[in-house]
Amino acid sequence: MNIWIAIGVTALGCYALKLAGLLVPAGALERPLVRHLAALLPVALLAALTAQQTFSDGQSLVLDARAAGLAAAGVALVLRVPFLLVVGSAVVVTAGVRALGG
Amino acid sequence: MTSAGSGLTLLQTCALSLLVFTGASQFALVGALAAGGSPFTAAAGAFFLGARNAFYGLRLSQLLALPRAVRPFAAQWVIDETAAVSLAQPTRRGARIGFVVTGLSLYLLWNLTTLLGALGAEAIGDTDAWGLDAAGPAVFLALLAPMLRTGTERTVAGLAVLLGLGLLPVLPAGAPVLVAALAAPAVLWAQGRRSTSRGGAPEEDR
Repeated sequence: MNIWIAIGVTALGCYALKLAGLLVPAGALERPLVRHLAALLPVALLAALTAQQTFSDGQSLVLDARAAGLAAAGVALVLRVPFLLVVGSAVVVTAGVRALGG
Repeated sequence: MTSAGSGLTLLQTCALSLLVFTGASQFALVGALAAGGSPFTAAAGAFFLGARNAFYGLRLSQLLALPRAVRPFAAQWVIDETAAVSLAQPTRRGARIGFVVTGLSLYLLWNLTTLLGALGAEAIGDTDAWGLDAAGPAVFLALLAPMLRTGTERTVAGLAVLLGLGLLPVLPAGAPVLVAALAAPAVLWAQGRRSTSRGGAPEEDR
């Protein structure tokens, strides 16, 4: 039930954001400060989420096979391979390290 | 596929893709729920990630000049990809075609792959053994990488990582990510204080 609430709230919120951009008259959100903030918020959120989902288990910090997987994804990104291969490399390396008992 | 591995049912996974349809927010919501966050803190993180779509819409509405009646329907397709394709077109006609073609094909593909992924995850059972728990952070990293253009973005990202990991053991699940989001206004504020002129980003010294 909780999950349905979260899905509903997220769907409504994200749709409202998309619609707001189309309806709001240009200029209302065009101030430089607002635009800078809007560009930087995803950077902060994505960075925090990446770190948390790699180095945490519940509420504790851990270092396990996922770190190796993320490092592989990082190398793949530097090599500019397609998106799915980036994710694929992380998955394969994580599974590999785990299979080796890492 | 990652969401099915985090305890969402097949129906919930597909509903999320159909209704939310903005990838980063979906992954964020699933990640926060899997970590034991409350539905509202989880949704708040997803909401902030979706905020950039409002700014795409702002630029698209001028470019596409959509009739008011069409806007509520077009809104669901206002995402990174459609904005990128439409804004790259030289003419309004090209932008409209680009928006519709990109929106439709991505909407179909995204939801189809979600369904297949969820079915696949149900079939293979223990998704962790296959390393699928690394897919979420890898997706985030892939979305993040092209955004890290200047020192400002890297400073924000670094600060957010420190806040997100440092506060994880002490705050309730879901909250550290929201606090980490404050890295964005904090860095902007610090920069505003340091330089009053806006010619080129100042070199960061962390």
